Amino acid sequence: MIFAPGFLTNGPVLTAIVVGGGAAIVSGVVGVFTIMRGQSFAGHALADVSSAGGSASFLLGVNPLLGFTGMAVIAAAIMGFADMRDPRERDLLTGIVLGAGLGLTALFLYFDITSMSTSGAAITVLFGSMFSIPAAIIPLTLTVAAGAIAAIVAAYRPLLVSSLSAELAEVQGVRSRLIGLVYVLALSLAVALSAMTIGAILSTALLIGPAAAALRLANRPGWAVVLAVAIGLAATWGGILLAYDSFYWTPGHGWPVSFFIVTLVLVFYVMAAVLRAHPAEVRGT
Amino acid sequence: MTISPEALVVDRLSVRLAGRMIFEDVSFTLAREEFCGLIGANGSGKTTLLRTILGFTRPVSGEVRMGPVGEGPGPAAVGYVPQKILLDPQLPLRARDVVALGLDGRRLGLPLPSKARQARVDEMLGAVGAADFAERRVGDLSGGQQQRILVAHALVRRPRLLLLDEPLANLDVRSAAEIVALLRQLCDTYHVAVLLSAHDMNPLLAYMDRIVYLANGHAASGRTDEVVRTDVLSRLYGHPIDVIHIRDRVVVMAQ
Repeated sequence: MIFAPGFLTNGPVLTAIVVGGGAAIVSGVVGVFTIMRGQSFAGHALADVSSAGGSASFLLGVNPLLGFTGMAVIAAAIMGFADMRDPRERDLLTGIVLGAGLGLTALFLYFDITSMSTSGAAITVLFGSMFSIPAAIIPLTLTVAAGAIAAIVAAYRPLLVSSLSAELAEVQGVRSRLIGLVYVLALSLAVALSAMTIGAILSTALLIGPAAAALRLANRPGWAVVLAVAIGLAATWGGILLAYDSFYWTPGHGWPVSFFIVTLVLVFYVMAAVLRAHPAEVRGT
Repeated sequence: MTISPEALVVDRLSVRLAGRMIFEDVSFTLAREEFCGLIGANGSGKTTLLRTILGFTRPVSGEVRMGPVGEGPGPAAVGYVPQKILLDPQLPLRARDVVALGLDGRRLGLPLPSKARQARVDEMLGAVGAADFAERRVGDLSGGQQQRILVAHALVRRPRLLLLDEPLANLDVRSAAEIVALLRQLCDTYHVAVLLSAHDMNPLLAYMDRIVYLANGHAASGRTDEVVRTDVLSRLYGHPIDVIHIRDRVVVMAQ
């Protein structure tokens, strides 16, 4: 059964639609540049590190988005200031930051579980549980989303030139370090938002998947961003709808939203890859 | 960087990288609209010299002076085509987008549609013979086509000086000949001085006004017939050199 009754009047569902939609929009906008800059791994690492903040916030009883965002921004600042030109060095540092972050996550989740005797926090932090997001989080979500998008809009053209070549950017007087730092901060906000919704481990799927599909289809940067946002929204909202419906498939317990979102992202990516492989039939040229 | 009436004055420039002297006391002058080949073997310091002119590398001594500049501040007044850029086929940029980014890529915010901007981009696409593939994804273009787009990207701000680092390195003989002829034509049309590095001078012989020959950490410069001579190059290399002319080609060999 698709579109089970009560979908659009259910409070937790509406919160999931708003927060998940915000995460999908920001992930689409930032993700296009993440792929063009070859920083998918950095995106994943920031999400993992943000999970340390998320798990700590459960322990302290503060707004989890603050935890996810705070930790991701700190890690992004470290990675941004390190300014590694050599991709191998950069991957190395990223991996080390990632490891340290997950170590903290392990510690905080252990305390969460021993002090509250529940494993719910671990599932929520790592794999998300969208229907249990409190509505009170919406204003902060929208603020974080607006901040990330504003940063990308401001740095739009310098980011594009840098993706062509660091030297071409430099010769135009682009301050590559500053632009790189702005970008990685926007990235940290994007992954914190999606870690909050579909979980730290799965947030990379929302960051990379829709953007990768869009980059296969769009020939212009603006279109790539719009398409990535559209695909991300379709996967997120479609996933929420399917998860809501799944309460009726297996009565008593629905399936996790994150599972549906990630599966839809994969489906969209495969569709884009097929379209790109057979452009003649699709574009009619 | 100070202003000079010439397009480029390189004055007793010495550069040391990681403790190693790359070149010493390199001097030459480029007048407006001159087409100059920067010739030397791999590792002779061509890229370092270009990067020093751009201000990316600091010399230990000597200085670089530039002529009345084009638009914009600082090094943006110089057009530059770096070595071996591989444009990723994934990039969602058409050839025309890459040229437009040469115009205002440093600006913040989104580009607003502008007739004037579009006209300048269209004109430059036409000037480099890229009108036919302007709408295609830049990563899907051939090496020669990408090179034309990068030249247009570098020239669209109308700099007075255009530097190109081994622009012929990855091209087949025919594309290389086309690019050199195009650069010579742009040099005259847009009144831009061109300094182009290459390890083989032969594709440039018919077009060069001037040559800067880098070898052994030093440079010889002047008209081609003043520099590419047995005595001058032997002195530069510090050991006997033969310069052999075969039809309209030149071969430089150690004795």
